[in-house]
Amino acid sequence: MSEAPHEAAGVDPASIRNFCIIAHIDHGKSTLADRMLGVTGVVEARNMRAQYLDRMDIERERGITIKAQNVRLPWRADDGADYVLHLIDTPGHVDFTYEVSRSLAACEGAVLLVDAAQGIEAQTLANLYLAIENDLTIIPVLNKIDLPAAQPEKYAEEIATIIGCDPGDVLKVSGKTGQGVPELLNEIVRRIPAPSGDPTGPTRAMIFDSVYDIYRGVITYVRVVDGTLSTRDRCLMMSTGASHETLEVGVISPEPRPTGSLSAGEVGYVIPGVKDVRQARVGDTMTSARRPATEMLGGYRDPRPMVYSGLYPLDGSEYPALREALDKLQLNDAALTFEPETSAALGFGFRCGFLGLLHLEIVRERLEREFDLTLISTAPNVVYRVVMEDASEVTVTNPSDWPGGKIAEVYEPVVEAMLLLPTDFVGAVMELCQGRRGVLKGMDYISTDRVELKYTLPLGEIIFDFFDALKSRTRGYASLDYEPAGEQTSDLVKVDILLQGEAVDAFSAIVHREKAYAYGVAMTSKLRELIPRQQFEVPIQAAIGSRIIARENIRAIRKDVLAKCYGGDISRKRKLLEKQKEGKKRMKTIGRVEVPQEAFIAALSTTESPSSSGSKPAR
Amino acid sequence: MPSKPLEGAPAPVDGALPDAALATVGSRPFGVYVHVPYCAARCGYCDFNTYTPAELGAGGQGGAASFVDSIATEARLARSVLGEGELPVATVFVGGGTPTLLPASDLAKVLRILDDTFGLAGDVEVTTEANPESVDLEALEHLRASGFTRISFGMQSARPHVLAALDRQHTPGRVAEVVGWARQAGFEQLSLDLIYGAPGESEADWAASLEAVIELAPNHVSAYSLTVEEGTKLSRRVRRGELLEPDDDLLADRYLQADEAFAAAGLSNYEISNWSRDRASWCRHNLGYWRGDDWWGLGPGAHSHVGGVRWWNVRHPTEYATRVGAGRSPAAAREVLDAAAQRVERVMLGVRLVEGLEAVALCDRGRAAADELAADGLILDRQLAAGRVALTRRGRLLADTVVRALLPD
Repeated sequence: MSEAPHEAAGVDPASIRNFCIIAHIDHGKSTLADRMLGVTGVVEARNMRAQYLDRMDIERERGITIKAQNVRLPWRADDGADYVLHLIDTPGHVDFTYEVSRSLAACEGAVLLVDAAQGIEAQTLANLYLAIENDLTIIPVLNKIDLPAAQPEKYAEEIATIIGCDPGDVLKVSGKTGQGVPELLNEIVRRIPAPSGDPTGPTRAMIFDSVYDIYRGVITYVRVVDGTLSTRDRCLMMSTGASHETLEVGVISPEPRPTGSLSAGEVGYVIPGVKDVRQARVGDTMTSARRPATEMLGGYRDPRPMVYSGLYPLDGSEYPALREALDKLQLNDAALTFEPETSAALGFGFRCGFLGLLHLEIVRERLEREFDLTLISTAPNVVYRVVMEDASEVTVTNPSDWPGGKIAEVYEPVVEAMLLLPTDFVGAVMELCQGRRGVLKGMDYISTDRVELKYTLPLGEIIFDFFDALKSRTRGYASLDYEPAGEQTSDLVKVDILLQGEAVDAFSAIVHREKAYAYGVAMTSKLRELIPRQQFEVPIQAAIGSRIIARENIRAIRKDVLAKCYGGDISRKRKLLEKQKEGKKRMKTIGRVEVPQEAFIAALSTTESPSSSGSKPAR
Repeated sequence: MPSKPLEGAPAPVDGALPDAALATVGSRPFGVYVHVPYCAARCGYCDFNTYTPAELGAGGQGGAASFVDSIATEARLARSVLGEGELPVATVFVGGGTPTLLPASDLAKVLRILDDTFGLAGDVEVTTEANPESVDLEALEHLRASGFTRISFGMQSARPHVLAALDRQHTPGRVAEVVGWARQAGFEQLSLDLIYGAPGESEADWAASLEAVIELAPNHVSAYSLTVEEGTKLSRRVRRGELLEPDDDLLADRYLQADEAFAAAGLSNYEISNWSRDRASWCRHNLGYWRGDDWWGLGPGAHSHVGGVRWWNVRHPTEYATRVGAGRSPAAAREVLDAAAQRVERVMLGVRLVEGLEAVALCDRGRAAADELAADGLILDRQLAAGRVALTRRGRLLADTVVRALLPD
């Protein structure tokens, strides 16, 4: 009995089609992928579950894909021939642009999936541009055509304008009912080119994802470009030069199935016998140690944190547990960096580097959920480059690193942001971007009622509550994507918050000079509400260096005594006192001021950005 | 319903005390507290263990009719638990509830029972609380004649609308009347209780009450800020937003106003909420609470303390009567205090008194905190230099803060 073609290794490249799906959250990518699994018969209906390819709980709950997945689908096309399709499911968020770019690089074509009731979104557009840059063949598809609110004609027009095709070429499917899905698979076979590598050359495979499995160690997902990857040869990571035993090679259809080898054009997995994803990084080229290739595939990049935040256990005794949890997460997350940090206010914790805000949120959520920790995170901080008058340079990832001497110039990272929105909201969004020190770079109508705005924005201005502000100003109709675009000099200052004259490191922030006052006022008035009255007056000040820019006072408490303390009151009173002493242990003492943990959490968990605090009503 | 019961360890059925607790009995003044759990009506702010006739139903066990019998039975139990050694009662305090809802003859009988079981010290102080509306000259004469030496009237305020806000039944004029009767009956030790911070009480109202008290020239005054206790009608009304919770800053002002007025009238503060004409007018029974002396509390819900063991009786009069009647201890639960808990109590209670606390009772960090508190003006420098921790006027208002600082671990 010969194996079915999709399960065998060594498939003829001519019958392979590698593609991904580019879509916005909620536009039905996972449902369409589920439907493809069903139509091609790799998952029987009775074994089907929703979002089959999203494996992490967080992915299912948030409806996003964090880790790329791939699946091999057998398909007999309408030309009567059998094909092997590889669907590579890409991560779908701006923080993971690099991961997206690697997934795209593993494909020859992309399905551009757009909700027929909503039209294209910024993130989709950004990924579409990325796909076009990678020379991928684009197949435009409108999804959810079964919805009553669907406007397929209108959005087909829009897509046609963007990618320069005929509106009639836009396919129409329903992931929900399955309508149009077989036609889409046939179109993929017809239009997406077969892979063109050198099947006999030295092996080169690109790692497009790398995950840690507690039983197997690191599992890498690869696209073989040239030659063959086989368990017979040790594999070699070209970025590090380290070689590893090739424990297992196989395909996913939809469960992992060992095949012993993968040849040019194929997509599958390799288990290289390493314990840490940093030893098998996304974007790296895997070759064979026996006959190594000389040149890496293009596009490898070390992951570089864009946003830093301090993570502290609420309960100081959980510090070792936090370290252990970060170690474990790092096995599966090459982009996560951390190093020990001490805060006078928050105790022992870690300065962590993230790709972006979502990455931060996901890591934090996983730490709390999977490792049962309760954390305080400090306000996110981008990476500043501070040039001193003596020409020395300081990299600041934490306000406490801000140098004290004479500063010549400060550079902050900027991004090219792309915003897609209905024309009605252009004014509101421009005002928002201007308030965030944005510079308008372009404005294009992608249809009669939708506009694409291009802005250069400081990254520091969008990592707080930009998404929220954008959503509320556009009633959720705007979408945003951005990519790093170098740095710019800015008039930035560090604002310290002082309690009774003592700076509280956790509350310091780096902000633009023009916004320092608003930040100071917002923070001091918030703290005045959050910190209980003490036996002495507590001044709360905001300062730039030694200059006070805002001040609030917490009046001294005047009465704290039980009026009656007779025979029957004593036990109750003692118990109350013991309880208060327990509560005191959860207080952080700044100078002589006792600050409850809750005050730190409330002051730090704000979505209020330093820059926007003046413009929103206080809560 | 009174507030939530305390949690403690189970108490032995026979009321027995550990030997260690018994070993020191007799080395400290011994007092007896008698709790009379009856009131004609419940005041909105009160969370004491007290019941109205309607709540208890007519007659039956637990009612006022059989009250004295139950007290006598518990007093005999106390005697057997504490042993037969010499243990004269130094102080008696009859509180409530409204003790004077009982006929004076019942209160006189209670005192005789104590004399029979323990013996009363020659200079015994015997206090009863009384509501102005619940006594007359005859009753007061009866009490004085039967051995009561001290009377404490629940005056609360001199302003009718404040009394009404507190659900008090008497009229302002009644207080002057009963004070006159008490003097006529031969009571030299006379105390008046005041409450400040009631809803609707202005600064002028409070000044009027202070003036009225000073005019009556008692040798002892207690003044308490109105405290919103859980489970009271007052707390429900505050929660529903019908009344504002008294503001702490305002209560602090009222306290200082009282302290100044009393001081000017020759009444000096000797405990946070108590003022007296002279040292001889201090309430010796209450001093026992603050100095860690021994006392036995008789009656429903009464608390006792003997040699580091605290216990409290079941609260409901019917259950109390049933237990006592069956020859069992009425204790609901108890706490055997370890050395650390005893030290906490010593600090917590000691600082309340004008004489203060011996600084040696503090740990090193507590001692350091004391220096800081002196610098902050919460405890007296001069006293600290002499080895005692005593509160300043401002410190009295922040006594809990001071205690927490003195007990850093």
